[in-house]
Amino acid sequence: MMFLLRREWLLSWRRRSELINPLVFNLMVVALFPLGITPDPDELAVLAPGILWVAALLATLLSLDLMFRYDHQDGSLEQVATSGTPLAALILAKILNHWLFTGLALTLMSPLLGLMLNLPISLMPLTLLVLALGTLVFSTIGAIGAALVAGLRRSGLLLSLLVIPLYIPVLILGTGSINAALAGVSFVAPLSALAALACMALALAPWVAAAALQLSIND
Amino acid sequence: MAFSMTPVWRWFHRWTSPPNFYRIARPWALGLMLVGGVALLVAWIWGLVFAPEDYLQGNSYRIIFVHVPSASASLAMYLSMAILAVISLVWKIKLADMVLRQCIPVGLTLTALALISGAIWGRPTWGVYWIWDARLTSMLVQLFLFIGMWAIHTAIEQQKLADKATAILVLVGFVNLPIIKWSVDWWNTMHQPATIRITGETTMVWEMLAPLLLSMAATYCVVAALVLYRTRWEILYRERKTRWVQDELGLRGQA
Repeated sequence: MMFLLRREWLLSWRRRSELINPLVFNLMVVALFPLGITPDPDELAVLAPGILWVAALLATLLSLDLMFRYDHQDGSLEQVATSGTPLAALILAKILNHWLFTGLALTLMSPLLGLMLNLPISLMPLTLLVLALGTLVFSTIGAIGAALVAGLRRSGLLLSLLVIPLYIPVLILGTGSINAALAGVSFVAPLSALAALACMALALAPWVAAAALQLSIND
Repeated sequence: MAFSMTPVWRWFHRWTSPPNFYRIARPWALGLMLVGGVALLVAWIWGLVFAPEDYLQGNSYRIIFVHVPSASASLAMYLSMAILAVISLVWKIKLADMVLRQCIPVGLTLTALALISGAIWGRPTWGVYWIWDARLTSMLVQLFLFIGMWAIHTAIEQQKLADKATAILVLVGFVNLPIIKWSVDWWNTMHQPATIRITGETTMVWEMLAPLLLSMAATYCVVAALVLYRTRWEILYRERKTRWVQDELGLRGQA
């Protein structure tokens, strides 16, 4: 497992210029909202949680396509599948790696973007926490979608169609936590539900994604 | 494989063989369509003309005879599809894939019909066509799931791969089904909780309930008939290279 993680980490690091793209995309999407809706700081503060989440969701979608692409193209997926290493382990490594380079990076960006949207600074720790959890679920569920379309040549838009409905609960719980804190009420309930979702997704998704990936390998 | 040759198993394989199913599905589809069609007509006339007016909503409640059957049938459809997906992935029965494929457009239509009729009903009763409450949102997610299934099945060219990928997606999306079902009990929603209950008291007068139940039963029959008809076409299409289909369509000897 450590070896798989190290391999993923190295592969991602060698392609770091590609990893910047989702982050830049995130910044640009966030910039669209004040220009498109209103530059008024008070109104932006109300919209900020939703904007941050939608932008992070879209940026994650953009990066999912690459999760299995290179490994599928150069045949290393088949190598792993025939080597006796469980596919689920490889997928878990890919999920954690994807989260590290995309989800966590997006999360770390969020305070800066939050400032631009006039989100109160007192909410930043909570925002960091829920985004970290939420993007972990994004990477995990996204792995299933990416595995399903791994064998297809043009899969970007299809992948979005498959995965967005499954992301909706995360979006609701994530923005729900921050909005609850913004309104001054307890945010424990949505936050715990989000954490439970993360645990469940992390435990189940690698197996489902492995079954899906097996299909495109056998193909 | 000694296990696979038990008499029950052999019978099951013979029954689910495409040529056999193609033949036995025909009278079933016809019968269900006739019974369902007539019953639906009776239920709608009964519901629209003879059922009493609602004391609060007046005549606008009568869209219930479209809304509830289509919503209920769409959920039943998703449940059946999940079962078919398990059958397809575990026992690799070809027929399950064919039925599953043709459930997608029917389920999609039912879900859309439930959403649209609900929106039309929402305007006079809630004052708005659409609100983002739990029941409506989870139903919208189901619509997205159906679209996703359709998209992935169309996108993957290799038949077997498309079938399996769709089955996996059906099972992953299954988590949404209990959310739709119990959303009205778990959260405070604008949408009312269930009126018809299998256990416990049904809070509806008989004169409204009877046509509603009839319209639901009729819709289930029509939906089953539609799936059977479409499955027959799917069988013909997928087995078009085989001898029995060529014989069936009278194509042999011409080419």
